[in-house]
Amino acid sequence: MQPNPTVFTPLLIAALVFFAWSCYRRFSLVTLGRGEDRFQRLDLRVWDMLLYAFGQKRVVAKPFGINHFVIFWSFVILLIANGEFLIRGVFPAVSLALLPPSLRHALLLAFDAISLLTLVSIALAVGRRLFFPPSYLNTPYVKARSFEAFLILAFIALLMLAYFGLHGAEIAMGEEEAAAWMPVSSFVAKVLLAPHSSLLIPVASFCWWVHAVVLLAFMMFLPHSKHMHILTAIPNCFFASLGKPNTQPREEFTRGSRYGVSEVQEFTWKDLLDGFSCTECGRCQNACPATATGKPLNPRQVVHAIKTNLFVNGPLIQKGGKPIVPLIGEEGEGTNTEDTIWACTTCGACLEACPVLIEQMPKIIKMRRHLVEMESQFPEELLNLFENMEQRSNPWGIAPTERTKWCSTMEVKPFTAGETEYLFYVGCAGSFDSRQKHVSVALATILNEAEVSWGILGKEEQCCGDSLRRLGNEYVFDKMARENVRLFQEKGIKKVITQCPHCFSTLKNDYKQYGLELEVVHHSELINDLLKAGKLNLSQKVTDLGRVLFHDSCYLGRHNDVYEAPREIIAAATGAPPVEMERTRNNSFCCGAGGGRMWMEEFIGTRINLNRVEEALRKNPDTICVACPYCMTMFEDGLKDKLAGQTRVRDVAEVVAEGLR
Amino acid sequence: MLVVACIKQVPDTTQVQIDPVTNTLVREGIPFIVNPYDTHALEEALRFKDRFGFRVAAISMGPPNSEATLRKALALGVDETILLSDRCFGGADTLATSNVLASAIRRLQEQEEVGIVICGKQTIDGDTAQVGPGIATRLGFSQLTLVDRIEHLDREKRTIRVRRKLEGRHEIVEAPLPALLTVVRELNRPRYPSVPKRLASQETEVKVWSNDVLRLDVNAIGLKGSPTWVNRIFSPERDKGEIIGDGVNDPVATANLLIDRLLSKDLLAL
Ligand code: SF4
Ligand code: SF4
Repeated sequence: MQPNPTVFTPLLIAALVFFAWSCYRRFSLVTLGRGEDRFQRLDLRVWDMLLYAFGQKRVVAKPFGINHFVIFWSFVILLIANGEFLIRGVFPAVSLALLPPSLRHALLLAFDAISLLTLVSIALAVGRRLFFPPSYLNTPYVKARSFEAFLILAFIALLMLAYFGLHGAEIAMGEEEAAAWMPVSSFVAKVLLAPHSSLLIPVASFCWWVHAVVLLAFMMFLPHSKHMHILTAIPNCFFASLGKPNTQPREEFTRGSRYGVSEVQEFTWKDLLDGFSCTECGRCQNACPATATGKPLNPRQVVHAIKTNLFVNGPLIQKGGKPIVPLIGEEGEGTNTEDTIWACTTCGACLEACPVLIEQMPKIIKMRRHLVEMESQFPEELLNLFENMEQRSNPWGIAPTERTKWCSTMEVKPFTAGETEYLFYVGCAGSFDSRQKHVSVALATILNEAEVSWGILGKEEQCCGDSLRRLGNEYVFDKMARENVRLFQEKGIKKVITQCPHCFSTLKNDYKQYGLELEVVHHSELINDLLKAGKLNLSQKVTDLGRVLFHDSCYLGRHNDVYEAPREIIAAATGAPPVEMERTRNNSFCCGAGGGRMWMEEFIGTRINLNRVEEALRKNPDTICVACPYCMTMFEDGLKDKLAGQTRVRDVAEVVAEGLR
Repeated sequence: MLVVACIKQVPDTTQVQIDPVTNTLVREGIPFIVNPYDTHALEEALRFKDRFGFRVAAISMGPPNSEATLRKALALGVDETILLSDRCFGGADTLATSNVLASAIRRLQEQEEVGIVICGKQTIDGDTAQVGPGIATRLGFSQLTLVDRIEHLDREKRTIRVRRKLEGRHEIVEAPLPALLTVVRELNRPRYPSVPKRLASQETEVKVWSNDVLRLDVNAIGLKGSPTWVNRIFSPERDKGEIIGDGVNDPVATANLLIDRLLSKDLLAL
């Protein structure tokens, strides 16, 4: 059954031209972005692409993801069938029949089976959307767009049905020699033969045209919908950040430059490609602590706003004009509000969740940079922070001479090049925060007990600048980073112990950009190593802490993959692994203090720390164990709010120190 | 019209310690900051610029390294900066300082009408609060101290109405221009410099005026022109506190004990 090519050929050409034009238009919009080198280590890139795009690693991590996996791979394999269909529509002589029969049979069998499987998957997908929609699909924004989703599902289903209809009719007419290899089509053939054999030709012809029209419509619709991701997700995974995006790129401070991003073309081309790759799956939104607590930030919306903004402003910019829709401003399509931008805790949950490796958080920081560096526009609480950091190198503005007060009750040596092995970088919280000072003492005690060679910088220690960088104050961060790098190099420091995941990540990842390669360990890692090497002997089992629950810090876990060390030392000290919360390890929920949020008020929505504390309390812990000074503060505050005074918060170092008594 | 902000570079006094033996300030390694009250003076001068388009000059008397302070002012948006620096200005008390600053303002007046001069209410190193009033007196300007709000500036009638923050009350006063204001922290929230302005400030000229420019009588400036002498600097003895009651085991009784103590010392009113 092959209709006349003279009708189909012009249709196909029109559809192809429209498809190519749509793709080109999007591609040219992406090229408006700033340059960025995403071509290093092609081997790793190919691997990421295979793993995440073709292997769909993150898609299948969720229970329903397997359904998507089936549809995706069916799509890929059926590309052969559909390719043949289109070519044969124009050149009836070119078909799979040119292949060796055994190969053709195998393919036809595969097409039949896969088409049936796809139909089942589509039915499941429709059923899920109708009857068991995941909670994050239940927002006005997504609801409004779900027509698109149903349309695409209908397209795919129609393609499959038309395939069976066409081949069924052909088999019934005896035109298919390979009917034995096409069980489903043969079944359809039987059904079709029953009513009236005279209908076979019209049915075949009808199915052929349904298949043709749906296929062309699908192709034309694709670039205009979120299903564009079918095309973009693959390169997007290829060009994804090689390491974890746990640091931000440096800025060059020269006269006449602009800093950060306030107009869409100031993003890099990869940021813009991200916009076209979003599948609108809602996983980032579902993981985001800001969204969960009623803030105006929704990482998916940030990505979507960039895409919408590019659509409106891009063509104007291409013609040499000015953007008309602001990227940052009052609420509206294609615009992010300032409240949105300041709500991010940089927890990285969005980055961890995204199946196509979109980098949502780094875009938020780029916009923060614009607000801080170009506009001096930020929540007023931050003014003090910025001044204190620049003048006294700590967030509270306490006199640097007080940096060593935490160790006034013990003998602590200064770091001496050539003599001391480790620098204990105490950090601002460890030096000045009255609660965290106890952790500094506990850690110092452990280090002494294990006879580690360590020293401190004392009054010379400076803040690492983490909060500044995450808040977009790159200019002051840059000054502090240079200062620290100079100090570290001058002192010959090679190995560093930190008790704060923020210092840890900054020294380890951010300072690399300044040419400083340090061996940085978080205290949980070092303590774990000391315990394993038998250098630290716990004299007693810690029992009076009761049921111990562990909370993952974002900058230790998600941003730096340290998950086991704190758990192992809790197990070693208490004799039992810690109790886990529902959202744990890489799915952990932020305490609310990262990204500089520690220094800001939380006026909108509910409090992130309370959300997490409630989750923790559902497990009835006696002790909540943390490995970060910010988490410590957020949990202690949250427990007070919940009047849960009987539950304590302890740093992992304190738990171990208890066992040394 | 020109608005002049007088600012001073001071040691970050929270970090200054007093040598117990010599009774002098240990200044080594202590970072300098802009006198905190002066940041509010600067901000208000810039708000006059924003609102009325006046030009703003920032002036400072001090050693050559005070230039950094004036660069900060440039980064915030002042139009002109003048550093009054000369060995013979050194060792000045408030009288000699106000002589130099007043003379500089007079010179500025030769080019452009100076309508408003703004100073912080005092510096955190000297704490005298005398320099502002001293300048006003020497220039014959209206003197409006402790301003915490600008109520109105009438450019036609050439008057300014401000609110003064006094002990337990406010006072609204009006005075003819030119006027000198000394300001308190409640007046405003200083702005934060943008990066382009910071970078530009590094390349803008800070004018330095020595006594060759001002031509003041050397007996009216510096150490010679200063009738005030510092006799001794010392940190006052502070009594060590004591721990009362047992807050862990009996918080209620301890709290009551504390209230009684505070009442008996007249630190708490019921
Ligand atoms: S980093 Fe965290 S807070 Fe920020 S957008 Fe992503 S999930 Fe939300
Ligand atoms: S950004 Fe990623 S996780 Fe978020 S909706 Fe888009 S595809 Fe899903």
